[in-house]
Amino acid sequence: MKDLFRRGPKRFTPAARDNGQDIPDNMWVKCPSCGDLTYVKQLNDNLKVCKCGHHMRLSAREWLGILDAGSFIEEDAELAPVDPLGFVSAKDNYAEKLRTAQKNTGLNDSLIAGRATIDGHPVQVTISEFGFIGGSMGSVYGEKFARAVERAVELGYPLLTITSTGGARQHEGVLSLMQMAKTNMALTRLAAARLPHIALLVDPCYAGVLASYASVADVIIAEPGANIGFAGRRVIEQTIRQKLPAHFQTAEFLLEHGMVDMVVPRAELRTTLAKLLRLYKREPDRARAAAPAFEEHAVLKA
Amino acid sequence: MTTLTPWDKVQLARHPQRPHTLDYVRALCEDFVELHGDRRFGEDPAVVGGLARFDGQTVMIVGHQKGKDTRENVRRNFGMPRPEGYRKALRLFQHAEKFGMPLLCFIDTPGADPSMESEERGQAEAIAENIMVMAGLRVPIIATVIGEGGSGGALAIGVGDRLLMLEHTTYSVASPEATAAILWRDASKAPDAARVMRITAQDLLELGIADAIIPEPSGGAHTDPEAATAALGAALREHLAELRQLKTEELLDRRYQKYRSIGKFQERQRASLAVSANGQGLVFP
Repeated sequence: MKDLFRRGPKRFTPAARDNGQDIPDNMWVKCPSCGDLTYVKQLNDNLKVCKCGHHMRLSAREWLGILDAGSFIEEDAELAPVDPLGFVSAKDNYAEKLRTAQKNTGLNDSLIAGRATIDGHPVQVTISEFGFIGGSMGSVYGEKFARAVERAVELGYPLLTITSTGGARQHEGVLSLMQMAKTNMALTRLAAARLPHIALLVDPCYAGVLASYASVADVIIAEPGANIGFAGRRVIEQTIRQKLPAHFQTAEFLLEHGMVDMVVPRAELRTTLAKLLRLYKREPDRARAAAPAFEEHAVLKA
Repeated sequence: MTTLTPWDKVQLARHPQRPHTLDYVRALCEDFVELHGDRRFGEDPAVVGGLARFDGQTVMIVGHQKGKDTRENVRRNFGMPRPEGYRKALRLFQHAEKFGMPLLCFIDTPGADPSMESEERGQAEAIAENIMVMAGLRVPIIATVIGEGGSGGALAIGVGDRLLMLEHTTYSVASPEATAAILWRDASKAPDAARVMRITAQDLLELGIADAIIPEPSGGAHTDPEAATAALGAALREHLAELRQLKTEELLDRRYQKYRSIGKFQERQRASLAVSANGQGLVFP
């Protein structure tokens, strides 16, 4: 589990840049994969992908760049967490942890939701912020997600989810677990409305979130080298008492094992999404014809 | 019995002599016919299911199954399903829907199997798909926790119109040991985790997630399986009768609302907006 929380180079705290300050061009960043140094500006120009191909983690705000400039309208930003279990122990205080995360990221919780366009196509979007308690899913994440889906249904928009997470948030206990049911429950309505859900899985993407909405999308895209899985690598290694191959639980591994539709380099993502949205766009006649045939079918696949 | 701590409850929920799914099913139902396999890859003994007659009607049974002794536990992987176990359950859910049979699920698992093979075969997808299908399944579903409710591995057969829990059972997002290890790097702090996490049947009822608690005989179900079975049977009959009154659309609406309303949050006056007017994104080509 520890390696999930391996941060990028210490100099990079993307969320802290939101006051609009310029990052000095003479800062170097060390790639966690190949160890090479790159100028910050050069790295940013390359979408924080190292020359070696390693895709560094982006903050939720940085991901907004994949949407048409100026098109993003944030929704439900006022939703904020509480401490439903009164989670206090000798070493861990949820209320304090929240305050720290909120101060560090400038967000109320670990999910940003809203609507936007990509190449002119409207979408409902959710983006998780790994920097906020590991992008973990608690009550606010689940509620924002459900509202985003309900809006998508109301507006007739496709849903794009960008997910980077360690899983369900421990500090909210079984309330977090039930968000797995809540998110999927909302998605049944998206499916009934014949609206597509495109899921982009980025490093790392694990556990209860992968085992809920992220794995039932109509199209699942993963970033190269992203670590994606249900059980943490260390848990499995402890269970089987052997080291796992480096390739295990990477996006490429998942592609080989039939679990994702495609692995797309970051530079090609926007084009890919635009293409998909064009393909899913409904002509009025096609929509009318498609609906009745499905009513008979017993089970709606998401 | 003196007041039990959450850790005591955990021990009871895991008690090796506690009745398991097949014990209850054989006692409560007639004509149980077990069905096997996921028709895709294999047969997982950690999940059992099949057709049965309960309270004068045909129902579909799905449950986690632990073993009675070490050998059987190894065969049943201690009740930890692999993807093929969840896919067998999925097949049986769809079978129930096709024939309009109520679905009775029995939860008793430490969690989903955390092995390399399970990852290769898509454990996350298997769980996610099951939750998705249960969410919209067009028959009444009652899920009952009879032992341990181990996180997503439990929820994958646990999305019911009603969630019932036997008195000395637990349901948690992670085992107390895992929680202690993740949060405090010390698995021996499990009893503290059990307390803080609020994982007992009583906690789940208070949190509005469990719909009812089924009383157990004094000392726990294992001390008087017949009495435990009788209590379980009575609860299932009662809730099934209520659910069968509802038209399908009403049933699905209520199920939607049940899960839609889980979660505690607040609305802050001053919104913490993710973006300033100019946005902060990188420039994607």
